[in-house]
Amino acid sequence: MKFGVAVFPGSNCDYDTFYVIDEILNKPVKFLYWEDRNIDVDCVVIPGGFSFGDYLRPGALASKTPLAEAIYNFAQKGGLVVGICNGFQILTEMHLLPGVLIPNKQLKFVCKPVYLRVENENTPFTRKLERGSVIKIPIAHHDGNFYAPPGELKKLEENGQVLLRYCSPEGEVSSPYNPNGSANNIAGIVNKGGNVFGLMPHPERASENELGNNSALFIWYSLIEG
Amino acid sequence: MEKPWQQQGLTEEEYRLIKELIKKEPNEVELGIFGALWSEHCSYKSSRKHLRKFPTKAPWVVQGPGENAGVVEVDENVWVAFKIESHNHPSFIEPFHGAATGVGGIIRDILSMGARPIALTDSLRFGDIRKEAKSRGLNKGVVKGIGGYGNPVGIPTVGGDTFYEDSYVTNPLVNAFCLGVIPAGKMKRARATRPGQVLFLIGSQTGRDGIKGAVMASAQFGEDTEEKRPNVQIGDPFFGKKLIEAIWEVLTEKPEAIVGMQDLGAGGLAGSASELASKSGLGVELYLENVPLREEGMTPYEILLSESQERMLIVTEEELVPYLKKVAQKWHLACAVIGKTTEGDRFKAYYKGRLVADLPVSAIVDQAPVYDRPYKEPEYLKEVKNFDQNTLPEVNLKEALLKVISSPNVANKRWIYEQYDYQVGTNTVYTPGGDAAVVRLKWKLRPEIYTEKGIAISNDGNGRIVYLDPYKGGKWVVAEACRNVACVGAKPLAITDNLNFGNPERPEIMYQLVKAIEGMAQACEELNVPVISGNVSLYNETVSGGEIRNIYPTPVVVAVGVLEDYTNYTPSVFKSNNILYLIGDIEKSSFVAGSEYLKEVHGLVKGDIPDLDLKEEKRLIETLVELNNKRLITGAHDISLGGLIVTVLEGLFNGETTLGANLELYTDERIDFFLFSENPTRVVVSVDPEKEAEFEEFLNSKGVKWLKIGTTLEEPILRVTNNGENVLEINTEEVRRVYDRRLEEILG
Repeated sequence: MKFGVAVFPGSNCDYDTFYVIDEILNKPVKFLYWEDRNIDVDCVVIPGGFSFGDYLRPGALASKTPLAEAIYNFAQKGGLVVGICNGFQILTEMHLLPGVLIPNKQLKFVCKPVYLRVENENTPFTRKLERGSVIKIPIAHHDGNFYAPPGELKKLEENGQVLLRYCSPEGEVSSPYNPNGSANNIAGIVNKGGNVFGLMPHPERASENELGNNSALFIWYSLIEG
Repeated sequence: MEKPWQQQGLTEEEYRLIKELIKKEPNEVELGIFGALWSEHCSYKSSRKHLRKFPTKAPWVVQGPGENAGVVEVDENVWVAFKIESHNHPSFIEPFHGAATGVGGIIRDILSMGARPIALTDSLRFGDIRKEAKSRGLNKGVVKGIGGYGNPVGIPTVGGDTFYEDSYVTNPLVNAFCLGVIPAGKMKRARATRPGQVLFLIGSQTGRDGIKGAVMASAQFGEDTEEKRPNVQIGDPFFGKKLIEAIWEVLTEKPEAIVGMQDLGAGGLAGSASELASKSGLGVELYLENVPLREEGMTPYEILLSESQERMLIVTEEELVPYLKKVAQKWHLACAVIGKTTEGDRFKAYYKGRLVADLPVSAIVDQAPVYDRPYKEPEYLKEVKNFDQNTLPEVNLKEALLKVISSPNVANKRWIYEQYDYQVGTNTVYTPGGDAAVVRLKWKLRPEIYTEKGIAISNDGNGRIVYLDPYKGGKWVVAEACRNVACVGAKPLAITDNLNFGNPERPEIMYQLVKAIEGMAQACEELNVPVISGNVSLYNETVSGGEIRNIYPTPVVVAVGVLEDYTNYTPSVFKSNNILYLIGDIEKSSFVAGSEYLKEVHGLVKGDIPDLDLKEEKRLIETLVELNNKRLITGAHDISLGGLIVTVLEGLFNGETTLGANLELYTDERIDFFLFSENPTRVVVSVDPEKEAEFEEFLNSKGVKWLKIGTTLEEPILRVTNNGENVLEINTEEVRRVYDRRLEEILG
C-alpha cells in the first residue's frame, strides 16, 4: 500500500506522520502538496496542524484547495482517507464526514494522553483491533468537540460509524473522561461508505516504543495488512 | 515638554556622546536608531561589564555568546543551538501577544543559526494568583499566548517552571527558551563576507506594530503602562511556520543562498542591519522604499524601527536572488532586496533616493556606553538574615504538609503544560512534569540529523533564594538546573541564562545583579558548564503612588545536557517495592531558610541560606549520570521546593498510579525542619532491592554520601517514623488530589 501525506501551509504533523509510515511501517510514502490535483497513492493521510493558520475556522480554508478537491474525488471513488486532528476538521469542512468540531468545552487547548474504546472493528482502519478494547493515544487540540444535530448523531450511532470513544482506562464511557465535550464522547468516526476516517487523537504519536507508547500501531496495521 | 532624547529613553549625557561620535546633530530617524540600539535591552550597558565574568568556553562549545544563539556539539554529526530570551515588559501590557511574540522571537533566533527549532520551554513568574485577579488574568493570557504561538508553529513546549510571588505582581516574567538542531558544520551566523552582497528581507510585511519596543522594555513601569500597548508586537504563527519552512527549504536545497542570517527583533530593521554590518566589519546601505509594507503612509522612521514579527534578513549573492524569490513565493511570503553591504563603516538608509540616516555602524552598535554602575549591599539583607529557625512554633505536620503541597508553587503544573502541544515533532521522549524534559534529535528531512543521544533540558530560577542571598543564590540556581538534568541521566553541557532584575540605577539592585552573576559564574566554573548565550532584562520595577516595587532578583537558568542513549533515561518518579535513598550533601543541618514551608506555614521570607558546596554538587551530578548509564536506579527526583517530603510524594505520583511509602528516619533535628528543608545538592533515588548492594558500593566508590530512608509500597499510604515513633501517616491519593487540582481550582 502506498501512502500520501497531505501538506497544507500550516500543517505541522506532516513530517511526524511521514516518519511513522516510512520508518516504523516501512511503507512507501510521499507528500501531497496543497496545490496538487493528482493523487497516485492508495491511502491519503491528512495530518494534524493549523492549516492556513486556522483562519476563518479550523480546516475551512484547506477544504477549498485543489488538493482537497482531489481528495474529495478520490474518496468518492472509494479511496482510503484518514484525517487526524486538523485532518478530521478538514474532512468535516469538506463534508466527507458529518458533523463539526467546535471549540473544546473548556475553551482551552488540551494536550494529554487519553483512553479510547474501540466501537467497531469492521472497518479498514480498525480491523486489527478488538471491539470494546481500550487504546491510549494523545490528543492535542483546541477544537475537538464533536457536534452533530440529534438526527445525524442517531444515524451515526445506528450505522456503527462511531469508531472511537473517549473512555476511562477500564473502558467506561462517561463525562469525566470526555476531554473536550464531544457528543457521545466521540473521538473518531467513519463515513457511511467506510473509507473515510476522521479522529482527533494522534496515532502518529503513539506508534513507537521509544516514545513510551505504541498502542496506535494497530490502526496502521489495520490499514496495511488488509 | 520631553526632550527628543528623553522620548527615546536616552539621557542627556548619552545624547551628548552621540553628537560627539557622529559629529553632528542626529535627525529624528538617527536618534530613533540610537534609542533602540543603545537601550538597555540591546546594548547591555549596565550588565556588560559583569557578564564578562561568566565562563563561556569548553571544547564542545562551537559558538558562545554574541550571536543569535549559542551552539554546542552533541556528537560528530549533530550540533544544537539554544538560547533564552525575555518578553517581560510586553507580557504585562498585553499578555497574549507579549508571550506569543516572545516565543516567536526566540524561535527565529534559533532559526537564524541555521538550526531547525525542535523544543521550547519557558519560565514564568507571576504575583500570587490566590490573591489577585490581575495575576490570574496574566497567567491565563500568557499561557494562552505561549500555546497560541508554539502549538501552531509546530514546535513542542516540553518543559519550564513557574513561580508565584508578590514581587512579580506588576512585573511578571516571561522567559522563552528554544533549542534547535544543526547538522554538524552547517551553522549560519549573522555575517556578510564581503562588500556588495545583497540584503534580502523575507517573511511578513512590515507594519507599525512594536515601534520603540526595545525602549519600552528598558524602562520601569509607571502609571502610564496602559498607554504602551502600541509598543507591543503582534505575532502570527502561521507566517512564522511558513518562514521556518522556507528557510529550511533553502538550507536543505541550496545552503549557499544564505551567506548569513539575522532575524528582525528589537530595533527592527535598523537593529538587524547594523548588528549584521558590525559583526561583518562592513557598512550597509538600505533602500527603505523596497520594504514590503502592511500599511500605507509609513515614514522612514517607522519602516526602520518597526518590530513587526516573522521577518528575517538574509545576506545573499545577487545571482541567487531569483532563487530566494521563488522560495518566498512558494510559501506566500513577502520578500524584497532591501539593501547591500558596503566597504567601510557607514550605516546609510535611503528612502526614495533621499538619505534619511547616515551614521557610523560602530557608533550605533559598539560604542554604546558601558556603565560601571555603583552598587552597595541592600539594607534588607541584614534584616532577613537575622533569623533563628529554632524560635519557630511547632506545627501539626499533616496540616503543614497540606499547606505546602497546595501552594501554587509546589502544585502540579499540568494546568499550564496541558495547554501546550508538548509532543508535536515526535521527539519528546520524557514529557513535562519531571525534573527535566528529554528530547531525541531526529529531523526527518535531514537524515544526517540523527543520533542515539538525547537532550535533557531544565529551567530553574528560584528568585526568593537569590533575594535572600544573591551570591549564594546564584550558585543555587545554576546547580539546581544542572542537577535536574543529571537526575534524568544527562551530563550537563552548557547553560543559557536570563537575568531578570529590577532597576540597575539603584545601587541595591545593582548589588543583586553583580553578586548573582558572581555566584552563577563560580558555579559554572566549578561544574564546568559554560554560559553560551543569554539575555538580560532590567528595569523590572514599578513606581506607583510613591511606592517602588522591584522583582526578586531572578536569574533563570536553562541547563542543557546530553544523554548517551535517549531510550535510557531515569524518570523523576519511583517504582513500587523499591528502596528509597537520600543521596548527596546530606550531613548539613536542615535549614528552612527561604523554604516554601517557611513562607506558606509561617508566613516568612527569611533566613541565611546555606552555602552550596560545589565540589559535592559536581560529584553528585557525575554520579547521577553514571547511575543512569549503569541502570542502578529506577527513579531520581531532586530536593527543591517543599523539601524531602514533597520530593518523596511527587516521586510516588507515578503516572496513573499512586504509590505509598514507609519512611524510617533517625534524626535528632526537629522533624519539620528535616522534612521541609530545601538544602541543596540532595536527591532521592529509588533502587531495586536486587541492586541494593551494587548501588551502595558504587556510591561509596564515588564518595557520595547516602542514607537509606525507606521503601515504596503499592498501598497508597505514606508513613513516616522518626526514631521508631510515628510522626505522620497520610493517604497519598488524597494528597495527590489536592496537588493535582490546585491550579485548576484557582485558575479555572
